[in-house]
Amino acid sequence: MYLLQMKNISKNYGENRVLNNVSLSIEEGEIHGLVGENGAGKSTLMNILFGMPVIHSTGGYEGEMLVNNEPYKPASPEDAMLAGIGMVHQEFMLIPGFTITENIKLNRERTTPSFLSKIFGKRLEKLDMESMSKDAKAALKKLDMDIDEYLPVAGLPVGHMQFIEIAREIDKSKMKLLILDEPTAVLTESEASKFLEVIRKLAELGISVLFISHRLDEIKEVTDRITILRDGEVVKTVETKDIGINEIARLMVGRQIDFSQKEKNSRHISDEYILEIKNLRVNMPGEEVKGIDLNVRRGEILGIGGLAGQGKLGIANGIMGLYESSGKIVKDGKELPLNNPREILKSSIAFLSEDRRGVGLLLDDTIEFNIAFSSLEIHEEFLRKIGPFKLIDRKGIREHANKMVKDLDIRCTSPRQRVRSLSGGNQQKVCIARALTLEPDLLLVSEPTRGIDIGAKKLVLDTLVKLNREYGVTIVITSSELGELRQVADRIAIIYDGKVAGILPPDASDEHFGLLMAGKDIEKVVD
Amino acid sequence: MIVPIIFLIICIVGSFFTGLPFSFLFDEMVIRLARNLILVISLILPVITGLGLNFAITLGAIAGQIALIIITNFTIGGFRGFILSILISTPFAILFGYLVGKVLNKARGKEMITSMVLGFFANGIYQLVFLLFAGTIIPIRNKDLLLTSGVGIKNTIDLANIKYALDFLIPFGKVSEKLGQYPVTTLLVALFVFLLLNYFLKTKLGQDMRAVGHDIEIARVSGINVERTRIISVIISTVLAAWGQIIFLQNIGTMQTYASHEQVGLFAVASLLVGGATVEKASWKEALIGTFLFHFLFVISPLAGQNLLGNAQIGEYFRAFVAYGVIGLALVLHAWEKDKARTRLSDTEAK
Amino acid sequence: MKDFINRFGFPRLIIIIFLILLMAVAIYLDIPLSGLITDILVRFGMNAILVLAMVPGIQAGIGLNFNIPLGIICGLIGALISVEFKLQGFVGLFASILIAIPLAIITGFFYGKMLNRVKGQEMTVGNYVGYSVVSFMCIFWLLAPFRSPELIWAYGGSGLRVTVSLESSIRHVLNNFLAFNIGNITVPTGLILFFALFALIIWLYSRSHKGLSMIVAGSNEKFALSNGIDVDKERIKGTVISTVLAAIGIIVYSQAFGFLQLYNAPLYSAMPAAAAILIGGASIKRASIAHVIIGTLLFQSLLVIALPVINVIAEGSMSEVIRIIVSNGIILYALTREGGKAA
Repeated sequence: MYLLQMKNISKNYGENRVLNNVSLSIEEGEIHGLVGENGAGKSTLMNILFGMPVIHSTGGYEGEMLVNNEPYKPASPEDAMLAGIGMVHQEFMLIPGFTITENIKLNRERTTPSFLSKIFGKRLEKLDMESMSKDAKAALKKLDMDIDEYLPVAGLPVGHMQFIEIAREIDKSKMKLLILDEPTAVLTESEASKFLEVIRKLAELGISVLFISHRLDEIKEVTDRITILRDGEVVKTVETKDIGINEIARLMVGRQIDFSQKEKNSRHISDEYILEIKNLRVNMPGEEVKGIDLNVRRGEILGIGGLAGQGKLGIANGIMGLYESSGKIVKDGKELPLNNPREILKSSIAFLSEDRRGVGLLLDDTIEFNIAFSSLEIHEEFLRKIGPFKLIDRKGIREHANKMVKDLDIRCTSPRQRVRSLSGGNQQKVCIARALTLEPDLLLVSEPTRGIDIGAKKLVLDTLVKLNREYGVTIVITSSELGELRQVADRIAIIYDGKVAGILPPDASDEHFGLLMAGKDIEKVVD
Repeated sequence: MIVPIIFLIICIVGSFFTGLPFSFLFDEMVIRLARNLILVISLILPVITGLGLNFAITLGAIAGQIALIIITNFTIGGFRGFILSILISTPFAILFGYLVGKVLNKARGKEMITSMVLGFFANGIYQLVFLLFAGTIIPIRNKDLLLTSGVGIKNTIDLANIKYALDFLIPFGKVSEKLGQYPVTTLLVALFVFLLLNYFLKTKLGQDMRAVGHDIEIARVSGINVERTRIISVIISTVLAAWGQIIFLQNIGTMQTYASHEQVGLFAVASLLVGGATVEKASWKEALIGTFLFHFLFVISPLAGQNLLGNAQIGEYFRAFVAYGVIGLALVLHAWEKDKARTRLSDTEAK
Repeated sequence: MKDFINRFGFPRLIIIIFLILLMAVAIYLDIPLSGLITDILVRFGMNAILVLAMVPGIQAGIGLNFNIPLGIICGLIGALISVEFKLQGFVGLFASILIAIPLAIITGFFYGKMLNRVKGQEMTVGNYVGYSVVSFMCIFWLLAPFRSPELIWAYGGSGLRVTVSLESSIRHVLNNFLAFNIGNITVPTGLILFFALFALIIWLYSRSHKGLSMIVAGSNEKFALSNGIDVDKERIKGTVISTVLAAIGIIVYSQAFGFLQLYNAPLYSAMPAAAAILIGGASIKRASIAHVIIGTLLFQSLLVIALPVINVIAEGSMSEVIRIIVSNGIILYALTREGGKAA
């Protein structure tokens, strides 16, 4: 009998259909792997399963779920808990200053009535530290963890923290299904293999595990069955023993690409390097770069892809000096200083950040000011001399903004409208306008179409291509959407674990892309 | 640990310059400890709950003073008057604490400056009520309370009928004459409040407050109602401050209607910090040590200043400087630590 | 209607209504309006530069500069030295300012450096650093080596008086400059022109290349950094300008008041300035010259008109009470309105 059945689950975020008829079943004691690219729908599926509030506040979901053949409609994480479903999220939910026991029993402490509680209510019952410790020890024992439960969590090795999180979930009564979201991402190799052992042990105890990971090795090693999600749909559900890593990788990535409009073969890209990156290391939390060597050819569109958290976003941010970096960058044969945004901008490199609203815009200022500001700051444009002063030239800014609004089709009431009230796509166009105003010869763009509707997506990509073809601007696009990279880029570098895993032409096989993104060395696997 | 040690040294050195006999200093300190402890204790819970230093205990003090004005109005004295004022102040303190809690929840990240400004604001309203409305809109029975014009409460109110109502309640004097000189009952009450607080921290609610203080988001995700927990913490703090102010005033015997409560926040916070507490960590140890050291400094400063530098004024300004300086330093250190935890281009948006 | 109220600012509305009410009562009680208007003009000129000092701080992103006392002390020192050397009239005024400015620049610089380490808690820290500095200066005032009989205690005590009269030096220098009368109203032209001068300077600065860098730095730190702006430097600049304006502001205030107020007086100067600019429509993140003018006018009018009206009804210190309630009330409103991390 199936422990969990998810039948025809669909979900829209606004107009975007994020999940489409996804069905998934898990047996008792089964370890089920869930694989897919970023944006494939894994997180959304888990949020639905776990009753997270964000699902309900955005229109709910379609389809039905059954736990032990009983209908399961969680309205909150508490409901999920009551049904025996637990989840260990990617970010640690542990309070460092509390002991292991206190963390395991957080908000589910065992109490005994006290004289205060008789007057003021249940919340004033005394904590029963003894029975709490017993519970904690029992949970830890199930994981073969022989650690003192009264130790504070702070200072414990990261691997232990992961187990404490699991112990907390196990302690919740009648745990039947445990969802693990990228649990080994922060573990060392030896910690990871110990982790997999523990997973197996849990399954033996009758607890089912839903294991989400990019590490195909681990998926292959420990799961009984695998479901592969792509673009919100189930591509395949299969017994682990019946599929190989290559096939998994191919299924993860493969999609129809429209190659018809590309005249790539006739394009001649010079061999001259506009930018040389040597051993770049960037300390961007969550997207660390651990030593990248990359050369950008003048006039090309270079794509940088890879899964989230592997470091691709760190590259552009590091070059621009927004995060602490080390290494060497050479532009047009001249070495550029790192950690110095001003110098980079002055060297004719412009940047469109992935954090459009935070880094890319002054939300409470006008469109025209946003467009003009970078050039004003760096090149001292849009200033008029009045006597001994250099003051802002409002007329010049207005004229330029009008031109940009027209050229890029920015939908707004006037250039004096506050950027905050524009749609995502139009906000992105304002960012592009600002970058263009700088007249760079190298443009770094990160996640250009994230959060933008389909119509605007095409326009943004077309604009970038036009920039490249007609104005000769070299473009480096960093994106989690492999599809769009394959559509516009001349070459695509895949980043894994902070390093370049490989560089592929856009028409390379799905399998190759999938393997590189999963961190497998192509030479070794492909034969 | 460093801070209280430094202050201990300053106090010891300073005490030599005062030329005061040790026994006198000791007596003075016991009295001050007794009457100030509960005010300082009232600050502990908000620190634990992550609200920082609750400068708005001024509102608790105001609640206490309102109660004292009421019992003086109806000329109720002795221990009866004292207990009655404690009882009357409580609902006021609960209401004020609730309002403060609600405001602080709206000013997340800026709790300390907000509680400071709240204290000043409440002071203004208090003055408005008792300067303008007392005797006009609010009928006052006891004409002794009013200013000569008939409108507004006097600047100084004699609380002689409840003076020492608590201090010497239990007649230790019968046991030993020496003991009878000290406000032992009050000290015992303070001890009791300490114990109660410790017990409270071992209950579910206390644990919730600790969780909220450590990491508000994790607490929220675990299902704890963080807004409500914070408000309860402030209410308890305000009620303790109300009682603390009444205990303080019953020892002094007179109330400066428009001034007694003004410095309450400042002195209590300074005491706690001198004892080694920080914006994020406080317990009974810091309260006890800090109150002792701060008030010791308070007592000896003018005299030390007089003997050292020939000017008693300097001593007085010095102690004000110590109070403000200690708080300023603690705030700087706290903010510095918080800021160090950010990387360049803050990562609060990451993920 | 609700939209209009939200845009106009709820507290501003309340204060204007209150003001109109008070004016009506004043007319009813036959209080001479010309005197009131003269007072308002004078108090506007007195306080406006101190309120203006808030603008660079808000623009640079350090929130309300509760450490105005720092600049004020520099200004006081400048004025004291000027009186010590018996300088009078405009010479005395400019001497005070010229001495105060370098002091303000230096102290403002170090204060700005410290603020860069406490991002997010600037207002809380600033408040108590301000208090500490004032208390420390109290000790200094007692020991300072001034000798002029105007300054020190009458009967051979050492140390400066609490209140120093400026009658023989720079009292009313600006007020009387080019002053003229309209009927019974005396317009303190010099005072207002002086404010206009500094307002103009700040206005020009906010439209200049450097000024814009500072405003953007305060607007969005990440955006600024990614455009090559050194946010920390801009914050220091804003702090320094604010401190300098505070120093000049207290000199202007004191010459109009006729006295220098030492010791604990600077403790009470930050809140009213912050309140005034907030009443004028500024927020913790945005401020302009218009906010300064409107806010100072509204706030001072309130205090001026309230005093005689309330004196009829109750005891003297009511205007002080109103000042406390209004200024702290509006600051409270501003603190609870902002979403986000500023402090």
